[in-house]
Amino acid sequence: MKTVTITMKNVPDLYLEGDMITPDQFAGKTNEEIAALRTYEGRETYCLGDNFEISGDAVGATPAETKIIVKGDCTKVKYIGMNMTAGEVVVEGSCDMYTGGWMKGGKLHVKGNVDSFSGLGMEGGEFTVDGNAGNFIGASYRGDWRGMQGGVLRVKGNVGSDIGTFMNGGTLIVEGNADVHIGTHAEGGTIIIKGNANRRIGGQMVKGTIYVYGDITYMMPGFQYTKDVELEVDGDKAVFAEYIGDLGERHSKSKGQVVYGKIYRKK
Amino acid sequence: MTKVVTDVVCPFCGTLCDDLAITVSDDGKQIIDCQNACAIGAEKFLHTSAGHGRITRPRKRQPDGSYKEITYDEAIEYTAQMLAKAKKTLWYGWASTSCEAMAVGHKVAEKAGTMVDNCATVCHGSSLLAIQDVGVPSCTLGEVKNRADRVVFWGCNPAHAHPRHMSRYSIFPRGFFTTKGHKGRKIIVVDCRYTDTAKCADEFIQIDQSYDYEVLDAFRTVARGHDIPDVVGGVPKEKIIKAVETLKEGRFGVIFFGMGLTHTLGRNHNIDIAINLTRDLNDFTKFSIVAMRGHWNVTGSGQVLSWQYGFPYCVDLTRRTHARYQPGDTSSVDLLRRKEVDACICIASDIGAHFPIEATRHMAQIPSVCIDPHINLTTEISDVHIPVALVGVEVAGCAYRMDNVPMACRKVVDPPEGMLTDEELLEKVYVRLCEIMGDS
Repeated sequence: MKTVTITMKNVPDLYLEGDMITPDQFAGKTNEEIAALRTYEGRETYCLGDNFEISGDAVGATPAETKIIVKGDCTKVKYIGMNMTAGEVVVEGSCDMYTGGWMKGGKLHVKGNVDSFSGLGMEGGEFTVDGNAGNFIGASYRGDWRGMQGGVLRVKGNVGSDIGTFMNGGTLIVEGNADVHIGTHAEGGTIIIKGNANRRIGGQMVKGTIYVYGDITYMMPGFQYTKDVELEVDGDKAVFAEYIGDLGERHSKSKGQVVYGKIYRKK
Repeated sequence: MTKVVTDVVCPFCGTLCDDLAITVSDDGKQIIDCQNACAIGAEKFLHTSAGHGRITRPRKRQPDGSYKEITYDEAIEYTAQMLAKAKKTLWYGWASTSCEAMAVGHKVAEKAGTMVDNCATVCHGSSLLAIQDVGVPSCTLGEVKNRADRVVFWGCNPAHAHPRHMSRYSIFPRGFFTTKGHKGRKIIVVDCRYTDTAKCADEFIQIDQSYDYEVLDAFRTVARGHDIPDVVGGVPKEKIIKAVETLKEGRFGVIFFGMGLTHTLGRNHNIDIAINLTRDLNDFTKFSIVAMRGHWNVTGSGQVLSWQYGFPYCVDLTRRTHARYQPGDTSSVDLLRRKEVDACICIASDIGAHFPIEATRHMAQIPSVCIDPHINLTTEISDVHIPVALVGVEVAGCAYRMDNVPMACRKVVDPPEGMLTDEELLEKVYVRLCEIMGDS
């Protein structure tokens, strides 16, 4: 795998749309060609090289052979790793919204924080955030019924609200705390909250699983306790209380049995 | 000899009452009297002739903070130059002007590549998000008047916000199938406090603040025949079961909702689940849901933006080739709060009065223009204030009622001499902008 390093040299006045910062766009290009990739700031079009210093080896011939290291202050850069299908992106600091949006494969590692809408509609790959994340992590684009569909999205810090909205696949792991609306309208997938979860967990949930290790401030009235079960979740073995729901929502049948969404609360 | 203009549409709230009778002086310049309107609507007509505080020419802020009168041409030049220079302009407002003016404004916005957003962003935008997620079974206010025998007001207080809503449509009127008027209707009010609307209710359900989502989920769970906890959001189980039974027994029901749902915890999710409750109740009887839209033509702005760009608010036209949309990113408050825009135009609305202070502060720091007939909190922090004729009083135009019914607003009196309308002003800005920007 060949590595190219891009370093922020001119922080944009407003916010930069860096949807070109993916192994798919960089693969097979020279550093000059990478510097010429277009970016947007408001209505104006710029080149990646206007804001970033490009250095390192020539990138790989295919996205899978390409690794991008992003350095410098990228808190005003949106869309890093959007639509990436293979390869690796490492962001040394924090970045803004839509990081890893609609990601399909490869590895994306942000060492700082990400803002809202990151991992939006994610379909595959591994996305890790060492810091905190904003709202709508692994959720769907507005009006879409397909939230996160595959892959593993891990946030080591805390997340905001509305994570995993309309989620129907994949695994979303939050090692810190999560705010309101977790897995709303979920039709599949797994959400693991290792810290505390605020209210409205699994509201209007049709299918899927949510694990909560810490406290739940208020349980949805549409969930009912069924039994205690011993489970291994993300390497941790523990006894969980199982709740099924949301009983206020429609549910399909599989082999004569009604399929419910499930919340497991660590005892 | 005075004359009376009848069937005038009131340009105040989303109810758009269309039965006003306005008495004007024989020269057609003064409004003498206003009949049938509520206190707020009447004031909207009568204050134009009161002669105090009306600004008739644009003003530009001076370095010492005072305002100096400038010509319309100078104001147009300033606006066009600002639009041409800025990388990303926020153009917010639209809710108190006509659909015709919006169409011209969007033409300018498209040319300049701006963000276009309306008052829904701090009002019923969350309802629009929910509608995009799950659809909406709705009806017109005429259907409510003539058919509804179960009316729910959830998180809204029309007694104050839409003063004639209850008498014209939802509680008191007798209609084709509702010949007993109020007596034939069961009214349920759900709110976290006992409002004046609650005084008209057969059943008042007081919930803990911001527990709407949980209580609505409990309603749905009960409607599907499942058990719920003994108390949900401060409401006893028995009360919820009784309310659901009342709703199921009706022939035609409607849920009206307002800011109590749209701008409390969860926002769009509250509307989403209320819409789904409406859908569930349609398994038992006929049920509809209607948003209590606030500004008189905020619905119209959503309509015009939708038919032009496919999205009802928070539209990003910076790419010019296509429109983009993502409230939270392209919404006015977030754009200003995150300092993501470098110029701002506020038209027919009031950022200063409605936005959080962080957002308002950024608006005051960037080049800004406010287009509004009145002096308001935004005009006082804008670089240029361009007063225009009052739509619905001095200019005719199309507006959409809260139930998405278009109404033709009437012109009652002439605007003060030499004043431009929104449409005329925006057309002139467009011409000047085209001269500056060329074909780019």
